[in-house]
Order: sequence, then structure tokens, then C-alpha cells
Amino acid sequence: MCGIVGLFLKDPALEPKLGEMLAGMLEVMTDRGPDSAGFAVYGAGEAGRVKLTIRGNDLGDIASALGAGVKAIPHDTHMVLLIPENREGEIRTWLTTNRPDIAIIGAGRRIELYKEVGLPAEVSTRFDLAGMAGTHGIGHTRMATESAVTTDGAHPFSTGADQCLVHNGSLSNHASLRRMLEPKGIRFATDNDSEVAAGYLSWKLQEGATLAQALEAGLDDLDGFFTFVVGTESGFAVLRDPISCKPAVMAETDQYVAFGSEYRALVGLPGIEHARVFEPEPARVYVWERN
Amino acid sequence: MPVVDLGQTSRRELNHQLHTLSQDTNQTHWRVENPRGQHALAVGLDAPVTVEIAGHVGYYCAGMNKQAAVIVEGNAGVGVAENMMSGKVHVKGDASQSAGATAHGGLLVIDGNASARCGISMKGIDIVVKGSIGPMSAFMAQSGNLVVLGDAGEALGDSIYEARLFVRGEVKGLGADCIEKEMRFEHVKALGALLEAAGVAESVKPEEFRRYGSARQLYNFHVDNAAAY
Repeated sequence: MCGIVGLFLKDPALEPKLGEMLAGMLEVMTDRGPDSAGFAVYGAGEAGRVKLTIRGNDLGDIASALGAGVKAIPHDTHMVLLIPENREGEIRTWLTTNRPDIAIIGAGRRIELYKEVGLPAEVSTRFDLAGMAGTHGIGHTRMATESAVTTDGAHPFSTGADQCLVHNGSLSNHASLRRMLEPKGIRFATDNDSEVAAGYLSWKLQEGATLAQALEAGLDDLDGFFTFVVGTESGFAVLRDPISCKPAVMAETDQYVAFGSEYRALVGLPGIEHARVFEPEPARVYVWERN
Repeated sequence: MPVVDLGQTSRRELNHQLHTLSQDTNQTHWRVENPRGQHALAVGLDAPVTVEIAGHVGYYCAGMNKQAAVIVEGNAGVGVAENMMSGKVHVKGDASQSAGATAHGGLLVIDGNASARCGISMKGIDIVVKGSIGPMSAFMAQSGNLVVLGDAGEALGDSIYEARLFVRGEVKGLGADCIEKEMRFEHVKALGALLEAAGVAESVKPEEFRRYGSARQLYNFHVDNAAAY
């Protein structure tokens, strides 16, 4: 069992409250996943800069070591580095060489990604999710079944720029998919099956598929149980396996599209009493894109 | 009329109050406010009372119901009225998966749609869905009636035993051993009574439906299949 939540805003007036809304949704899903929690938020970007979310101990001296032009925003065990676009390769190499203890868990123009072991409420408080603004975000509360309770095993997983995925379920062909994807340049940081699903979508997107096409292809290639919520820089998508093994409920209003593993996760959202509440159909791709 | 506000009272307390009602209670009409999608509301009732729930409910609402009428003024989560024995459950919105699962009796009416596995392993319940139902509905359904005013998803009635399925709209596909069957007079009559009970007999006629049921090829031993065992 796991809990997943997602929120995609249509009304810019709600953007300052994205984190607060998502934090409320995440906390309700504690009893579906008390082991660990994580979330990705698509906040503001800066022209010419890439955001790297890194995780590790002793991050204090990183920014100065990387030289001028790098901004660092610390969040507990994580840090968001705002770096010049043209230095991304060089900085990644520096980090790998000099600080192999640090994990780069998210990268892109707008994505920030946080995850830790612990109760969802504690995790969102540690990173001050409620204080974050953005256009869309997804979150996950984990009850581990396929691999250990570690920060590495927590969701979301990000395997491409501004991409992330959360998963409720388990995949049975992740080992063969991993062997297929690795030679194509998709790199994995963990042994987790959900990371393979993220990598699969990254590969499809890299090959030129739209988000909807990538998910359609996933219906043929991913074997197992899944409800996915996927974020890209401008998109938000939901997909359930053909027998809808894992729960899902959605709500849509003029202001937002929201996803929860259970309706309880949505009850705190503004105007929920008048939202169109529906269960996404199995094997049907749902995508919302920002203009 | 007792009114229970789930913003103030716990679900456990609500269910406890409903469980302690005697057969001749005077408190026959209950209203439950602020359900906020909570699970297991009004489960295990066994008294002739009506319980109205003012909003969306979570999993297993009105499960194991006997005698009582439970009305959900919203959507219901997984397994509404699962294992109902008697009484009536009325969902005014949509129902999630496995509505009426394994239920032995009573009537479940869903005004909206029901998603996958509606009536799975039903054992005598009557289910009337005014909208459409999802895939794998009536899987291994044993007895009772499933009436669908809209469409049915894939694999309807897979491995069905003796339940009767009536669908007015399109059936995306039939499951193993489920076939279309003739609508005889007895079926028209039984269906008419169910439409009446669901309050739609004025606008919906039994003749608009097709009947589906078991070909009875799957659950009987057939000597030609002996090599497969």
C-alpha cells in the first residue's frame, strides 16, 4: 500500500498556496504510507539557470566550492542549487568526483524534489512544504513492499529534466526493462521498481514522444500493478493499469485538478463540495498541460 | 431525528450508536454530517432504520448491512454495501470498485456510475446502476440480479454462475463463459420489479434490456477437458 497525491493548478491565484494544499493532502495519506514521504514542486524558474536538488550531509560549503554564480537554498538534508545552465555538466562532474556522498535527486528548470524517511507530516514540516509556491506538485507516502525503507527508496523519482513520477503498486518486469534502458543512457540511482517506470517514461520523452504517447506506450511495456502520477515542466498526468489494481480518485474544478489515492486526501481543497469528483478509468491516459 | 456530526463524533462512536439500536427503536431516522470520505461508515447495521449520510464516503460504507436503509448523498469509495444481507443502500453519486461485492441480499441502487468489479462474487443481492459499470463486473457472480441502465465494461460476467445480468446499453465484452440469453417473460417481470424498486419504472422499460448469464460450460466437469487437469 502507498498513498499518492497530486495537484495541478489552473488558477494562478492559488499558486502561492500550492505547498500548503499539497501538505494537507499528503498528511491525510499517512495511514497508507507511514514509512517515508516525498514530494516534487514545480516552482518559479530563472532564465538561464538550472535547479539541482541535492541531498546529503554537510552541504554547507557546497555553494562556495562551486564558485561564483551558484545560489544555494538549504532545506534541512536537501539543498537546491541554482546554477548557470552552461555549467550543469561541469558541476555534476565536480559533485561526482569531489562529493560522491551527495545524491542529485532532481534537476530541471523548475522542479524541486524532497524525500525522507519518517511520517509524512514530519517530512513536509522539515522541508516547509506548506511554504512552497508553484504551479503543480506531486507527493507520495510510502509503505515499502519491494525494497527497504530508505530515503533512496522514497518517491518521487526523477530520471529526466523536470520530470518526476510517483507510483502505487509494483512492477514485475522492472529488471528486464532496466537492462533495456541502461544501454540507452537512462541512469538509475536505486534498485527500486518505480524508478524504472520513471526511467522508461524519460526514455520515451527523450525519443520525442509526448507525455500522453509515452504513457500509452507504457501500457504495453510495463507489466504489473500501477497507479502513476507524473509531472513534467508543463504537464501533469495520471495512468492506472488495465485492471485498476490500485485506487485513485480525482477532483476537477475551474481552479485545479487534484489526485488522491482516496477521496479523504481531497476534502480540504477549496471548493471541493462543488468539484467534479471522478475515478480515473483503468488503462486510460489522463494529461493536463499548461499553456 | 438523531444527527451525528463526524466533525465532532468519531466514526467508531457513530457505528457503536447504530449497533446498539434495538429492533423496535424509536430512533428510526438518522442523519450523518461531515463524512469527508471516511471509511467504514454505517457498517454492520442490523435494525430497521434509515441512515442518511450527507456527502462522499470512503471504503466499505454500509458493509454487512442487514435491514437498514443507508443513503449516501454523494460518491462512495471501494466496496459499498459489500456483503450486504438485506435492506437497501442508495448511492446518489458514483460508486468506486467492487460495489455490492459478495453481498447475499438487499438492494443496492447507484444513481451514477460504478467502476470496476461491480457485483463481484455477488450471492443474491440486487444491484441497479443508473449509469454505467466498469470492467470485470459480476466476476464469479453466483446469484442475484445486476441491472445496468448504461453500458458495461470489458469482461462482463467472467466465470459467472447463476446471477442474472441485464444491460440496457452497450457491453464492451463478455468474460469467459458469459453469454447473451433470451429475455423470457419471467425475466421481463423480475426486471420490471427491480426497476420499480429503484424508482425508474416510469422512464425505463424492461424490454430495452438484454440479458446475460452463464453458458454453464465452465463450472461443470467436461470429459473432453480431462487432459487439462
